[in-house]
Amino acid sequence: MSGQVLSGYLVPNQPLPLLAPDANRGWASLRDSCARVRAEIEASEADLLLLFSTRWVSIIGHQIQADPQPEWWVVDEDFHSYGSLHYKLRMDADFAAQYLDKAQARGLHARTVAYRGFPIDVGTITALRLLNPDNRIPACVVSCNMYSDRAETLVLGKAARDAVEASGRKAVVLGVSALSNRMFTRWIDPAHDRIHSQKDDEWNRKLLELLGDGRLEDVSQLAREFSHQANGDSKMKALWWMAAALGENNHYRGTVFDYQPVWGTGAALVGLQPAAASVGDLEYDEDGAEFFRGDRNVLAPNDPGRHE
Amino acid sequence: MRRGEHPSGAVVGGILAPHPPHLVYASNPPQNEPRSSGAGAWQELLAGYQRLRASLEARVYDVLVVHTPHWKTRTGTHFLGVPHFSGLSVDPIFPNLFRFQYELDVDVALSQSIHDHARDAGLSCQMMTNPEFRVDYGTLTSCHLVRPAGDLPVVAISSVRTAFDYCNEAGDQEMLALGRATRAAVEASGKSALCLASCSLSHRHYTTEPADPEDPAFESIHNENQAAWDRHILALMESGQSRRVFDEMPDFTDQCVAETRDGSLSWLLAAMDFPEVAGQVHGYGTVIGTGNAVVEWDLSR
Ligand SMILES: [Fe+2]
Repeated sequence: MSGQVLSGYLVPNQPLPLLAPDANRGWASLRDSCARVRAEIEASEADLLLLFSTRWVSIIGHQIQADPQPEWWVVDEDFHSYGSLHYKLRMDADFAAQYLDKAQARGLHARTVAYRGFPIDVGTITALRLLNPDNRIPACVVSCNMYSDRAETLVLGKAARDAVEASGRKAVVLGVSALSNRMFTRWIDPAHDRIHSQKDDEWNRKLLELLGDGRLEDVSQLAREFSHQANGDSKMKALWWMAAALGENNHYRGTVFDYQPVWGTGAALVGLQPAAASVGDLEYDEDGAEFFRGDRNVLAPNDPGRHE
Repeated sequence: MRRGEHPSGAVVGGILAPHPPHLVYASNPPQNEPRSSGAGAWQELLAGYQRLRASLEARVYDVLVVHTPHWKTRTGTHFLGVPHFSGLSVDPIFPNLFRFQYELDVDVALSQSIHDHARDAGLSCQMMTNPEFRVDYGTLTSCHLVRPAGDLPVVAISSVRTAFDYCNEAGDQEMLALGRATRAAVEASGKSALCLASCSLSHRHYTTEPADPEDPAFESIHNENQAAWDRHILALMESGQSRRVFDEMPDFTDQCVAETRDGSLSWLLAAMDFPEVAGQVHGYGTVIGTGNAVVEWDLSR
């Protein structure tokens, strides 16, 4: 049985739409738009939600959550006054093991983690609570390595696709990430939330225009420039990972469900469904990568085999 | 002098107290669930913390004030504002090494006072009053390694992201103001405070881990650039040039990928009012390639 990546969604990584939807109309709108995405996912054949969250940072390679039923609570580092997020999630531990195999087969350093009390990140909890509140579909989440760049992240996305296909799962991939990621650095009246600057807003809208056209690979190629110009979240690794997991092309029907400010950052909900035709395959600047061969650390002593 | 007899409050000492959870793991305290192999990595740092604790035995202080890089706040500086926390801390990055059952008393009055002084100096500040908050592992690790008995109240100060959002210079200037506010609040409190900067020096990690994380053959500084910067900063500390450490901090942080970007060391130097006494380096060593030093400034004399 061959599995399949059915579709992908970019989803916000801040908890405020879940914790305090009544404090701001945009936050409430994001929560309500999640209900539309949820309906779309439920109408599909999905039996796995596969997440990459920029709020789960790793250093030692890539960590994959493999606790079948993580149950704990998290209090946001900034937004603790809005309350705690208690969670009880359903994870696909078998798939996590298969993702680990496929990641290692492509040269990545990776491990599964399953520990009582492990702090699942707020981005993952928020996404799953809003998109899969009754745990109908099991999930799996992979971390965002702080050192990885485009090539390594693409390989991680391709390993996700390998694992989905080998496992027979019908997966929806979720990139949990902000767009522009400059926050207000002071306490604001939530009613007055807005995108931090007009420049960030314009870049966000440009990116969303391309995603609305289904041009995911073009957006992946544009990610470096976007991050540089608009304070993109974690180099926009979530988009690199999604683009790789979805096949590195522009053959999608894009839907921008929502776009709102959350404490100055750009929060968007975008769906990408595979389509027969595309707006056009442009000339891509950056090549893909199939296998990860380690950091090319020009400063390290010449001691190959030591820390690969 | 015994506790409570100080005529006025004072910052009686400062510690550079790095927080690799590996050091707690290797010490096998009953609070930590995983057991170490004892293979022997990190000995220099473990010995450094031992020498620090011996040195502190003769000293009197009422409270630990810790600035931690692992409570990362983007909306200003936050302070723990609940009298007692207990719970399980699982490190999201090294969950294989650190699953630590903790109890922590907070000096809420001093915490609030530092908050108020900082706010009056124009800084964006918040008290954290959610009792379900999980105390970050930087605070827990540094406090445990400095004083394993855990019998003193703590003030924990978050790491505001100013250097990341704007630039290193802006971050250091904010830490200068926060350090001064800390010092003023401690002096007004009548208490003796030991201030802890919970951070590494050079901070470039290896992104892989050996089968036994404690395998000493794996450990070395990530590269010579990192080591050279660490040596330079430690030499400045040992020769009492703390002002120069602060002046060079933006470059050190930038060129050495140092964890000082999170502000802890700049805050500590300002809270100590840039002492000219020599910092005593109790130990220096590497953890997954990063440079860590245990350094003590005794300001009580
Ligand atoms: Fe750290």
